[in-house]
Amino acid sequence: MITVENLTKRYGGFTAVDDISFEVRPGSVVGFLGPNGAGKSTAMRMMTGLTPATSGRSTVLGKPYRDLHNPGRQVGVMLDASAQHPGRTGREVLRLAAIQIGVPKSRVDEALAIVGLTEEEAGRRVRNYSLGMRQRLGLASALLGEPEVLILDEPANGLDPQGIHWMRGLLRGFADGGGTVLLSSHLLHEVQVIADDLVMIGRGQIVAMGTKDELLSRGGTTVRSTNDEALYAALSRAEVSVTSVPSGLVVDAEPGVVGQIALDERIVLLELRSGGSEGLEEMFLSLTASTSREGTAA
Amino acid sequence: MSATDTSLNAGTDSRVPAVEPSGAARPAPTPGAVNGGRPGVPWSRLIHVELRKMVDTRAGRWMLIVMSAISLIVVGAFLIWGPADEATFGTLLGLTSFPLVMLLPILGIMAATSEWSQRTGLVTFTLEPRRGRVVAAKVIAALLLGLVVTASAFATSALANVLGSSLSDASGAWDVSWKVALGVTVGFAVFVLQGLAFGFVFLNTPFAIVASLVLPTVWTIAINLISALREPSKWLDLNQVTEPLFSGSMTGENWGQLATSFGVWVLLPLAIGSWRVMRREVK
Repeated sequence: MITVENLTKRYGGFTAVDDISFEVRPGSVVGFLGPNGAGKSTAMRMMTGLTPATSGRSTVLGKPYRDLHNPGRQVGVMLDASAQHPGRTGREVLRLAAIQIGVPKSRVDEALAIVGLTEEEAGRRVRNYSLGMRQRLGLASALLGEPEVLILDEPANGLDPQGIHWMRGLLRGFADGGGTVLLSSHLLHEVQVIADDLVMIGRGQIVAMGTKDELLSRGGTTVRSTNDEALYAALSRAEVSVTSVPSGLVVDAEPGVVGQIALDERIVLLELRSGGSEGLEEMFLSLTASTSREGTAA
Repeated sequence: MSATDTSLNAGTDSRVPAVEPSGAARPAPTPGAVNGGRPGVPWSRLIHVELRKMVDTRAGRWMLIVMSAISLIVVGAFLIWGPADEATFGTLLGLTSFPLVMLLPILGIMAATSEWSQRTGLVTFTLEPRRGRVVAAKVIAALLLGLVVTASAFATSALANVLGSSLSDASGAWDVSWKVALGVTVGFAVFVLQGLAFGFVFLNTPFAIVASLVLPTVWTIAINLISALREPSKWLDLNQVTEPLFSGSMTGENWGQLATSFGVWVLLPLAIGSWRVMRREVK
């Protein structure tokens, strides 16, 4: 269980995280989605006590992170897979964490097996690891203490499509066992594969959140015509919510409704389909774009 | 606003996990297993892990190897080419100590700065968010390692003394009083702590090393140039005040001078450094 309430971080006049609130419940995988620099990492560092919040609060398992006793046994955290001493072997990195959180040496081998790092790879120095291997090592480190909650910053970064599906299975199993997972990504398709719920953030603010299915269906209908302006006006008159995107219009209605309106207005349609993932992608881009416009205007 | 009525903000019981925690092959949560007891990771584990971090990297290991090698070479060279009648335990101990006094602060600095320069602090401070405990564990671990180094310095000098007197005409006298032994031990501890303190202040290895080498030298030069500083410098020059410590001739005033210098060169930076570690954002 992770709770974030009105969390805000300001650096001088710059607001990196602006009054965000959400919850991650046990049994779910929540994707924290936003473009680079949206404030995802800052928010996650505040949740784990590494960065003091300007205002607001966050709790993990009902307590502020800094009040957790031996947090390594309750929360698995990976904030930057590259933040490892390059001179240590992968196994040594896990050994150190195992000593600190108080789990037996055998757990190191278990964790290595879970993330699929071989004996030979574990004996190599982190300096010689690929990004994908570092991600697996970071994940092993997060899983070491058999935690109830996982907080992972860009865990799929550097993984190949196969690796992303492997991670999906791993996190799915973890959540199905009652675990809580929060992971961030700047790539929609990555997070779409792994997460159940999405929290979209742009310029430090939450721009949308909900279950993945809900957000996907909220992608509505994508329509393109010979005269998008007239269609936009007609749809607005019909009191249907419509958004203009670079590839046409995204309409919050069934394709049949949109087609009927276009027919009534004698507008030639070039494309008409229900939103799907592309709709979500467009919504993601347009939502983050609109917040960045607000940001520059302010 | 639709964002507020989504399932994320809905009641907590609407999606109870249907599946029981699975077997050991899967990362299964272990609810409530570790909530009791005193807050924080136990000291024994924190100190253990900090000790291990100081010697498990190439930099740390080479530091120890270089320290031992220089000491051995210096002692060996003195036994072979030095004046035989001066080759006593005390002289050999002094020779072993010289490189250690230079290098022990660097050991302390690396212990303090690596969390920031290698960014391992991201892991260390999420596993123990009570950062003051991590700082304290580093101080204790560095002192323990300093003690091991001190003990090996004594052992090496003793061995060299026995070898020297049996294989050549070296004096081999056992002229180290308990005062000298205590002084050397305390002195080493002071220099390890100074390194740590500088490391915590700068949180950057090269800066801290340069500062710990340059600042005392600048101070010594300043004393020589400005005569008004000569009197206070007896109380504020760590190198000067540790001299009687190593020679075992500490007077009451000497202890006072050591305490003041220790306060200025070790405790003050340690306090500033600890404050920085506690407050700084870990990125």
